[in-house]
Amino acid sequence: MSRELVAEVEAASPTRKGPLLEVRDLVKHFPIKGGLLQLPVAWVKAVDGVSFDIQRGETLGLVGESGSGKSTVARTILRLIPPTSGEVLLEGKSVFKASANEMKKIRRDMQIIFQDPYGSLNPRMPVGEIIAEGLVVHGIGSPKEREAAVNRLLEIVGLRGQHRGRFPHEFSGGQRQRIGIARALALTPNLVIADEPVSALDVSIQSQVLNLLSDLQKEFNLTYLFVAHNMAVVEQVSDRIAVMYLGKIVEVGPAEELVRNPKHPYTQALISAVPVPDPAYRRERTVLKGDIPSPINPPSGCHFRTRCPIATERCAVEEPLLRPVGKDQIAACHYA
Amino acid sequence: MSEPTVSELDSLPVPEVRALAEGGEAKVAGSAWKLAAYVFVENRLAVAGLGVVVFMFLFCFVGPLLYHTDQINTDITQFTLPPSPAHPLGTDNVGYDVLGRLMVGGQTSLEIGVIAALLATTFGVLWGAIAGFVGGWLDQVMMRIVDSMLAIPTLFLLLVLAAMFVPSLPMLIFIVALVAWLVPARLIRGETLSLRTREYVDAVRVMGGGDVRIVLRHIIPNTIGTIMVNATFQVADAILTIAALSFLGLGVPPPATNWGGMLSNGVSYTFAGYWWLIYPAGLAIVITVVAFNLIGDAMRDAFEVRLQRR
Repeated sequence: MSRELVAEVEAASPTRKGPLLEVRDLVKHFPIKGGLLQLPVAWVKAVDGVSFDIQRGETLGLVGESGSGKSTVARTILRLIPPTSGEVLLEGKSVFKASANEMKKIRRDMQIIFQDPYGSLNPRMPVGEIIAEGLVVHGIGSPKEREAAVNRLLEIVGLRGQHRGRFPHEFSGGQRQRIGIARALALTPNLVIADEPVSALDVSIQSQVLNLLSDLQKEFNLTYLFVAHNMAVVEQVSDRIAVMYLGKIVEVGPAEELVRNPKHPYTQALISAVPVPDPAYRRERTVLKGDIPSPINPPSGCHFRTRCPIATERCAVEEPLLRPVGKDQIAACHYA
Repeated sequence: MSEPTVSELDSLPVPEVRALAEGGEAKVAGSAWKLAAYVFVENRLAVAGLGVVVFMFLFCFVGPLLYHTDQINTDITQFTLPPSPAHPLGTDNVGYDVLGRLMVGGQTSLEIGVIAALLATTFGVLWGAIAGFVGGWLDQVMMRIVDSMLAIPTLFLLLVLAAMFVPSLPMLIFIVALVAWLVPARLIRGETLSLRTREYVDAVRVMGGGDVRIVLRHIIPNTIGTIMVNATFQVADAILTIAALSFLGLGVPPPATNWGGMLSNGVSYTFAGYWWLIYPAGLAIVITVVAFNLIGDAMRDAFEVRLQRR
């Protein structure tokens, strides 16, 4: 390693204090174009001012129902879609302000695991090439070394090195998801964003993949942003959980605490919807009325008030801000 | 940011053997190509078509090595002779041996067909892939160019071009390709629009891979079925186009010829009963074009089956 590189490594990684990922006031509005000139006539407020930190080695679960903007958050952090405003810092470095060259370096440090194990692997490429592509892009290793790395990665995710010449359609959904994980690990990232990594899999396969993810986290000191709509899954893997509703975070807290003692009525409803494997168990269910409102024209004040069981007039006028509601727990509700 | 190296990966411990057992075996199905080849071979007509095409190539390119005739100097004393042992398909109005001429003319037809199809497909695929991938105003401009060229009647365009340029073999190839690339461009643009939003394209972006890599390694390979099927039809179309041009007197200059030129030449003698000036060339065109179409159809089926089994 060159001297500059050593200096850079020392300046960057373990000695640096503070969170690995900082998301500040992230906003993503999608234009709805209309009319003759195809000008924006309205905006879909998919993500509307989201902030959170992820510490090194931590798993932050991001939950919310379909349309809450959680996948948009994941994709915007990775700059797969351009942000409207806000800031994302990885190891203190701005992701959005990075030049093309800087961005290529940053990309090595954050990778993604996709939801769909079918659509996320190129059907025309042998899995060995799929996994090695990141190494090729960054010019890491000779072809021989890359082959060895692919064998290693396939074994790490529980497949066999000999499988590298096979094509994605020769594997099952769970196996494909393992290939996707191997691809994400190839660049030895610090941050892995898992966008609903198990929701397309059979329940029996889900726990295998979740176990693999947590084994990998321990082995490689990975930091996860784990996006999912299933509270039970998120609870199992997360150290902390952030709950999203209609483009905003409504509650954040340590996983155990948030599940045992949710403060926001939306979180309460989500948790009461998790099935409990005990037929004799009876509990109070908070059933929400209706669907999530349109993010084009969200309700005034508190976005959740239209479906909230305890909403009052104040909620329509005054938007509740995130405030401490317990030890390390914050919620955006006037009555939490 | 640490510098990841391959040796670093080597030293990483495999977490647990448990994961290995859970991963399980992969099905053995072979590559997509093998699957497609399997389906293709099942189709008897397509195999027959392939046989015909192989035969035609051997006939035109190997045939003259075995069956020697003078295709340069005319022999006016030997004109329009009916088929005989010396001339199995007779001679034409200037004394060329028709069987030998069929071989030489076939060389031109097949050369133009294959090269024009390759050119048109390559250019059309790149044009369509770039327009579809980049999108926005570039897509608009590129596709309006395609639309305006499609709006001109093909035969009219061919006549104008052939009249503007001196007909030579490279020029004819260029002219045929010029009208043929529009269809693959449209087809591939459409496919690219849907392929560019696939998650495996996002995965390449997240790795830091560039647009060139995405288009060449991920988008175009996934349109290969469309490309191959279209290219096959392109060969058949090009053979027909060049035949039509020659029929109108805009083919390759003599003494070279092609099947269309032979046909055009023979038509003047329809009522004289010189059938050997018309049928051999006409049948060669029809059989070759049908064979290429059969292959194209079977390839379409083969590639679709692959998708169904996905």
